[in-house]
Amino acid sequence: MGDPKKIQKLMFFLLLLATIIIIVPVVAIFAIILFHGLPALNWGFIFGMPREGMRAGGIFPTIIGTLYLTLGTMAFSLPLGVLAAIYLTEYAAENWLTRLIEISIINLAGIPSIVYGLFGLGLFVMFLNFGASILAGSLTLAIMTLPVIVTASREALITVPKSFREVSYSLGASRWQTVWGVVLPNAIPGILTGTILGLSRAAGETAPILFTVAAFYLPALPRSIFDQAMVLPYHIYVLSTQVPNVPAKIQYGTILVLVLFVFIMNISAAFLRAHFRKRKLW
Amino acid sequence: MTRMKNRFLEKIIEAAIFLSGIVAVLIVVLIFIFLFKESFSFFVKENMLAVLLGRNWYPISDPPQFGFLPLMMGSLFVTMGAIVIAVPFGLAAALYISEVAPAWLKDILKTGIELLAAIPSIVLGFIGIVVLAPLIKNFFHLGSGLTALAGSIMLAFMAMPTIVSIIEDAITSVPRSYKQGALALGATHWQTIRRVIIPAAFPGIIAAVMLGIGRVIGETMAVLMITGNAAIMPTTLLQPVRTLTATIAAEMGEVIRGSSHYYSLFGIGLILFIITFVINLIADLVLHRRRING
Amino acid sequence: MVSKLKVDSLNVFYDYCHVLKNVSLEVDANEILGIIGPANSGKTSFLKTLNRMNDFDHTFKMDGNIFLDNKNIFTNMQALALRKRIGMVFALPLSLPLSIFDNVAYGPRLHGQKNKTKLKEIVERGLKASYLWDEVKDRLDTPALNLSGGQQQRLCISRTLAVEPEVILYDEPCSGLDPISTAKVEEAMRQLRKNYTQILVTNNTKQSARVADRTAFFLMGELIEIGLTAKVFTQPDDKRTDDYISGRFG
Ligand SMILES: Nc1ncnc2c1ncn2[C@@H]1O[C@H](COP(=O)(O)OP(=O)(O)OP(=O)(O)O)[C@@H](O)[C@H]1O
Ligand SMILES: [Mg+2]
Repeated sequence: MGDPKKIQKLMFFLLLLATIIIIVPVVAIFAIILFHGLPALNWGFIFGMPREGMRAGGIFPTIIGTLYLTLGTMAFSLPLGVLAAIYLTEYAAENWLTRLIEISIINLAGIPSIVYGLFGLGLFVMFLNFGASILAGSLTLAIMTLPVIVTASREALITVPKSFREVSYSLGASRWQTVWGVVLPNAIPGILTGTILGLSRAAGETAPILFTVAAFYLPALPRSIFDQAMVLPYHIYVLSTQVPNVPAKIQYGTILVLVLFVFIMNISAAFLRAHFRKRKLW
Repeated sequence: MTRMKNRFLEKIIEAAIFLSGIVAVLIVVLIFIFLFKESFSFFVKENMLAVLLGRNWYPISDPPQFGFLPLMMGSLFVTMGAIVIAVPFGLAAALYISEVAPAWLKDILKTGIELLAAIPSIVLGFIGIVVLAPLIKNFFHLGSGLTALAGSIMLAFMAMPTIVSIIEDAITSVPRSYKQGALALGATHWQTIRRVIIPAAFPGIIAAVMLGIGRVIGETMAVLMITGNAAIMPTTLLQPVRTLTATIAAEMGEVIRGSSHYYSLFGIGLILFIITFVINLIADLVLHRRRING
Repeated sequence: MVSKLKVDSLNVFYDYCHVLKNVSLEVDANEILGIIGPANSGKTSFLKTLNRMNDFDHTFKMDGNIFLDNKNIFTNMQALALRKRIGMVFALPLSLPLSIFDNVAYGPRLHGQKNKTKLKEIVERGLKASYLWDEVKDRLDTPALNLSGGQQQRLCISRTLAVEPEVILYDEPCSGLDPISTAKVEEAMRQLRKNYTQILVTNNTKQSARVADRTAFFLMGELIEIGLTAKVFTQPDDKRTDDYISGRFG
């Protein structure tokens, strides 16, 4: 059927078309958000309290809530994830336990975020009695982020040359001294990059925080980790489906702030990676 | 003396490292136990078979009816729709990016896909309401565009980064010699892609489909916002539906803690957990086997 | 007089690959023992067994005994303590991505030396012993990876010396170095003879002829011959040794 050259031309055109159909909406979405959201951004919006049933005023508490939640998530998931990665790369033998851990991590990465929400509700909010709070939300998001951080940290640790470890051991260092002295310092850029990316995903999540921390309307800043908090992604949900007649400007403004929050993290991760890659000597 | 202290400290740190290592296993087990514990009495009381095959989800009528079937069908419809759309597009994009695109365009396209992955799902849900739903409504002349189809399209879009990147990996790990061999025999680039590269990358494509399904079936907020939220047995993609995930998100907020309704939501969670567990296990086996075989 | 190191019918396996076959030899204090042999003859495996760097390798198995000052290094000593006494310099110059100073101070710090002035003394002494001091004394804070290959290899020697070992193992320390750098490293070894016992694995037979007191020839995991360097090079007992040295091999 026809000339192979012509078929190739046609097929490559179809491939290109499919790619365009995927990419164009991405660009369009950013254009829409920027076009409608930028006019809303001003000091009053960013640093003000919501007013008139969230139909006016600012979104400061939601920004602070998201910030606290992101930091809380990091406080739990970073040490746990890095230590777990150290176990897998530096200590674990190739046996059934290691395989079990790997399978668990893969499965954790695949569990739906709403199931994390249920689990957080059952364990942290109810069973441990933390109530709906920044603490419960951070722990829930930390568990959800764990696989990302473990995977990124493992990759970073593995790329540290084996010879560095050998030198350290040959000088009489113990395993931990070697990890602390030569392995970790050289893996930190990769670990940080992966962590920031994981956290940026957590910052945009709604389902895990629905029942563990998010407050519908709470025009005050949280004062302790046992307080509930307003959070950006949930606030977008509220503004778009739960409260009637919210001005589009406020909706898009809030969305733009969340998108900026997430993208600043993504861009700093990319920047970090580029910076360290340039400095890398081995 | 300080040596002794250091040794002791080291032992403690190494104990912490080991504990953190097995924490992932503990969490998986703990999640399962919690979901199981919270839903066990519900499944017994309401008769598991009646729940799984029940066609009516009326959790707050009197007497309540807890049939999961409409929810499972909702998830199935939306997921199938999404995969049918996402796989051909994802495969095409992965092929274009890794085989056809010139270097400069490749970077741009990859960045575009990464950008898509970084958009929070709640934002996509909102865009779905204001842009996608009206399009569907007008195109099919419906009363509302909030349908299973809207959910499928949106989810296909959201699964794209996962699918494209896995297939791309699979394509790039096809040995260059295969390709060069085919080209040397006079095959065109497209014939090489079709006869050599796609078959060689097939396990990766299967894994991408599996992980794509896992990603899609677990998505909550966007689906909740744009599928119209009606817990009825769907017959076409142009109807509103309610997925398993959306049901938990929509109802857990208002449910009476300790009621059958409350426990039924944990039951839905357990089902989701099991489905994704199996899917990820299969995907891992496919990918892992490929790694072993070389 | 007892020897510094005594290896007694050592067999080494990786998985089921028999890499060292019944090797026995002794090394006297303050001597330089050269080990020569073609690739894959088990030289590196031998060195790594001496300071138990193989402990981490799951596939590693061995039998036989090794004694350091008459103490069995496997049953009577901890691996960390052993490695402090038997230092190792690797084939490629392996500077850590740290400053020159921190590279040399890495070992002493591991072993609890925190005193700044003491560390400075140790670093200076180590760098002088490997003839590097004059070349780097003004830039101790710069990255070690900026040094030339030969300088880096001498830095690695200083780093090993800084933990004050008794025995130093070199695994092809001059592969990839130019003749002038090689000469400097060799001169350092000759000077270190006063205080250290040294084992030098080399692919370059002439190097062994230049610096070693005695030379051992390994082939396919077997110790073929060991004796005074002059004798091994001029009147070897075994024909295979002769073939290897005169380049009629493989
Ligand atoms: N960690 C290991 N695991 C498995 N096999 C190994 C390992 N180290 C060495 N071997 C094998 O043991 C044999 C001897 O290797 P070794 O490195 O000791 O030789 P060598 O004499 O140092 O060679 P070269 O001159 O090339 O450095 C080789 O066949 C090698 O493949
Ligand atoms: Mg070697």
